[in-house]
Amino acid sequence: MKHIMRALATPVIASLLAIIIGGIIAAAIGYNPLQVYGALISGAFGNAANIGYTLAIATPLILIGLGIAISFRAGLFNIGAEGQYWVSVMAATWVGYHFTGLPGWLHVILCLVVAMLVGGLWAGIIPGLAKAYRGAHEVITTMMMSYTGILLCKYMIEDGPMRKPGYIPESYPIPQNTWLPTLIPQSQLTIGIVIAIVAVVVVWFVLFHTTLGFQLRVVGSNPRAARYAGIRVPLYTVLALGISGVLSGLAGGVQLLAIDHRLAEGFNTGYGFTGIVVALLARNNPFGVIVAAVFFAALSTGGQNMQQVTNIPASLTDVLTGLIIFFVAAERIVPQVIQWYKRWTSRASTSISEEGPKPA
Amino acid sequence: MNILTNAQLWASTLAMAVPLALPAIGGTFSERTGVVNIAMEGIMLMGAFFGVAFSYWTGSAWVGLLCGLIMGGLLSAVFAWAAIRLAADQVVLGMAINIFAAGLTAFLLDTIFGFGGTPPQTPQLPTLSIPVLSSIPFIGAFFTNQSVLVYVMLVIVVLSHWFLFHTRIGLRMRSVGENPLAADTAGLNVWRLRYAGVIIGGVLSALGGVYLSLGILNSFDVNMTNGRGYIALAAMIFGKWTPLGSFAASLLFGFATALGIALQNHGISANLLGMLPYLLTILALAGLVGRSKAPAADGIPYNPQR
Repeated sequence: MKHIMRALATPVIASLLAIIIGGIIAAAIGYNPLQVYGALISGAFGNAANIGYTLAIATPLILIGLGIAISFRAGLFNIGAEGQYWVSVMAATWVGYHFTGLPGWLHVILCLVVAMLVGGLWAGIIPGLAKAYRGAHEVITTMMMSYTGILLCKYMIEDGPMRKPGYIPESYPIPQNTWLPTLIPQSQLTIGIVIAIVAVVVVWFVLFHTTLGFQLRVVGSNPRAARYAGIRVPLYTVLALGISGVLSGLAGGVQLLAIDHRLAEGFNTGYGFTGIVVALLARNNPFGVIVAAVFFAALSTGGQNMQQVTNIPASLTDVLTGLIIFFVAAERIVPQVIQWYKRWTSRASTSISEEGPKPA
Repeated sequence: MNILTNAQLWASTLAMAVPLALPAIGGTFSERTGVVNIAMEGIMLMGAFFGVAFSYWTGSAWVGLLCGLIMGGLLSAVFAWAAIRLAADQVVLGMAINIFAAGLTAFLLDTIFGFGGTPPQTPQLPTLSIPVLSSIPFIGAFFTNQSVLVYVMLVIVVLSHWFLFHTRIGLRMRSVGENPLAADTAGLNVWRLRYAGVIIGGVLSALGGVYLSLGILNSFDVNMTNGRGYIALAAMIFGKWTPLGSFAASLLFGFATALGIALQNHGISANLLGMLPYLLTILALAGLVGRSKAPAADGIPYNPQR
């Protein structure tokens, strides 16, 4: 219990500090901070539909954050989840509007498997092999593959074979029998969230209760020791990036079947980058990923409501996000400030005693 | 092939390389002293926004430039303090700075200038043609009507190479990035040198941002850096943590981008052509350049009391 409390202390204090600073910013430009935060919270959790919306946005964030956490655990930084996500959406869309003769459940599984496969290959093959055998830095290769993947998607719907005839650049839609069933009626929340939570449990089990997970973590924490212990580091490099991509791909597949239902413009979702932040805030802990993903999803949905109700720009939530991550990283800021305060008070008291009591 | 002999292509290659080379060299300064810096994107945005804002408020693009650099320097000083003094995880900090800066600049743009964006009468930095050089056939295009910051960048490339590799203080900065304990034992102030590296890097990154907002244009747009800070990160690694290498890598990206734009008029999909710089990088990295090795103490906080 004490262990959990200590793990939670930093993110909670960091969030509080950020919320206070955000409130000061809002007040400085003439808004009532309480009203602003009230609108934010009610937008995120105010009623069943809002909760459903928040959890629907959290779903891809959980999956992508989980994948990035695995790559971090193996000492690798998969910065290209955004592209892995989009090529998977593209591939699943293609499978979705072909093969329409299949029974719905089989078609759903096929779409998800293809999405996972493509995401895994996009991260595992080129960046994974280039890192493992040529030492090419994965930060560059995953990012370059990400930009390439997004351009490929744009090509497919703008001038390529997936474009549906018509004025708007978008693909053919996937058939309705592949749509994931909703959990809360009139909301975007589907059983996709259940898939995400199952993935979290599976990843947790693999990471902490199997040899594969153990060796992956050894490679991450000390690659040299891993080599001496006979672990095949190149294999785990490819595996870690590949699994990371598989989860980004699953996020794309779920998003397609749950909400998007087609490949269309709007490739700057930022899920890939928010996923990095989710993994960082969760400190690469699979269950922490769920909490962090819901938190950032709430900031996003709450921010939209905040903008509508109080007119304050929704970008304030990005300022808050940045501050929270900053304070989580710089956790020693609290003891540092306490130390300054003590030094200041002791200096103040000694200066008084040196000068003697001031005449009234 | 007549595209390649078009001098305009090469001139725009140089112009496209500026907002990559400056933050890439900035990152080099930071990482050579041992602080991993992925915050270039955010620092560029700060420079770009405050450059335009102060240019409009004071009516002078030069004052805008100065204020943009100061704001970039301040933000990187905060980053440096957390990274060096508080020994925070530098990658996490970098992400925090990027998200914070993207949010803050978008927020301020909305609250200060409203939905119309920055005013059109904002002064822009001048363009310049170098008298003799611009009249040389072919190469002349490099030196004709380029933003004044293009020439500043060329000077910075040479100066920073000289500074890092041919001066005593440059050697000292590199030494705290390779072996801070040895540098400390030799009487160097590890923290102070690292602060210097990060803040110089921040000012250079901010200059890259100012180039985008006041050099090419006279306006700021939400997230106008559009991932250049991350591509600069790639250019820095690609250039093996040297100013000249970073510049060469930036030129390669600039060339691929410029080529893509030039080929668009020839009926090839802009989306497919846009992949060129990225695929080229992967190929070069996996095939030609191979292993790039970071400074030995890059990313490891140093505790002098230990």
